[in-house]
Amino acid sequence: MIEWRDQGLLLSVEPHGEGHAVAQVLTEAHGRHAGLVHGGASSRRAHELQPGAALSLSWRARLPDHLGTYTYELETPHAAFWLEDRRRLAGIASACAVATALPEREPMPGVYHGLCALLAALESEAWPAAYVMWELGVLSALGYGLALDRCVRTGATEGLAYVSPRTGAAVTAEAAGELAPKLLRLPGFLAGEGEFDDAAIAAGLKLTAHFLKRDAFGITHRDLPPARYRLADCFPAESALSAESDQEDSV
Amino acid sequence: MAENAIDHLIRQFARLPGLGPRSARRLALHLLQRREVVLQPLLASLMSVAQSVRQCSICRNLDFGDPCSICADPKRETGSLCVVETLADLWALERSGSFRGRYHVLGGLLSALDNVRPEDLGIAALLERAGDPGVEEVVLALGATVDGQTTAHYLSDALAHTGVRITRLAHGVPVGGALEYLDDGTLSAAMRSRRPL
Repeated sequence: MIEWRDQGLLLSVEPHGEGHAVAQVLTEAHGRHAGLVHGGASSRRAHELQPGAALSLSWRARLPDHLGTYTYELETPHAAFWLEDRRRLAGIASACAVATALPEREPMPGVYHGLCALLAALESEAWPAAYVMWELGVLSALGYGLALDRCVRTGATEGLAYVSPRTGAAVTAEAAGELAPKLLRLPGFLAGEGEFDDAAIAAGLKLTAHFLKRDAFGITHRDLPPARYRLADCFPAESALSAESDQEDSV
Repeated sequence: MAENAIDHLIRQFARLPGLGPRSARRLALHLLQRREVVLQPLLASLMSVAQSVRQCSICRNLDFGDPCSICADPKRETGSLCVVETLADLWALERSGSFRGRYHVLGGLLSALDNVRPEDLGIAALLERAGDPGVEEVVLALGATVDGQTTAHYLSDALAHTGVRITRLAHGVPVGGALEYLDDGTLSAAMRSRRPL
């Protein structure tokens, strides 16, 4: 019998049979890992198994390839604190849905600790900026990191204003020139300057959504999860994840 | 032939919630041994339900008529509309006798991963009903879960233009609940929702 113990954040729960559930958990040392939870779909346990819940886990299986079974202890029910806050609840649901793009059973402690930090940051008003940065971290962990530290054309490290939707490289407004309307806007807080108001967060969400959609989910022919679209709808200034971004691929 | 029919019956029973092959066999045996007392009345009841029960075109309740007995009852308050996820929730509220208005059954919730769209949940019909000048309040009686409250927030936004009062069920300490056994989230919600005595 194989067994390990770890800390994890619950991403999703799917009913299995009548009373059981298959839980997807982002663990610190074992990556995104599924397991059967006996009685996980019962009314007694449903309130514990909500997306974003921090769990102390034990996983057991006869062979490593088996689905295995989870037993757990609820540490922090993060979502329960924010049920009445539309934006924060949407942020938790979206983060858990986006994390399903991570490969199974591949440790990504950076993404795990980033998500822990994001859930803790929900207490602060700066959480939407932390969310966008966490998504950039997810892209980076998957090998699709964006080059936002300097202008790809001039090498300038200040005045960065746009990102190429094709290469993910930043450019200044001057370097962008007449191509600017075809580029994705780089919000100031991602370039180390500027505020994170709703318009900046919307721009950040649009930026990460483009690359998540194309690279993280598109690689498996999946669309962004509905929860990610609903989060963008909470920041309406530039929320449209329309075909516009698809047309920008030629840049 | 008879053996096949019994096996088929057992297989059908085994597909029902809460029943496995062993309990399905016991059930089939019980029915066959008590044909007059149990099997025939059950058969008549099943036939009646299968032929007569239909979905209410107004609220999506299941009843013998369309509109259902709740929508057709003139004694019920027409100014209150209670939105529930499933028929089981409607039945639970009716059992409690705590609500005398009318219902709207969504039939599901917006989910983080499953592609459940607003149009799958009959939200357009709800908006139409809430737009009726006689409706003064919409109660969002959805579960205190991520999906339940995500749907509630979505409905709250969608209903905003109708001008009706939008309320939701309270979250907190259950009747008979001891504080020391409550989880942090429930306690936190209860503390936030405290009110003067």
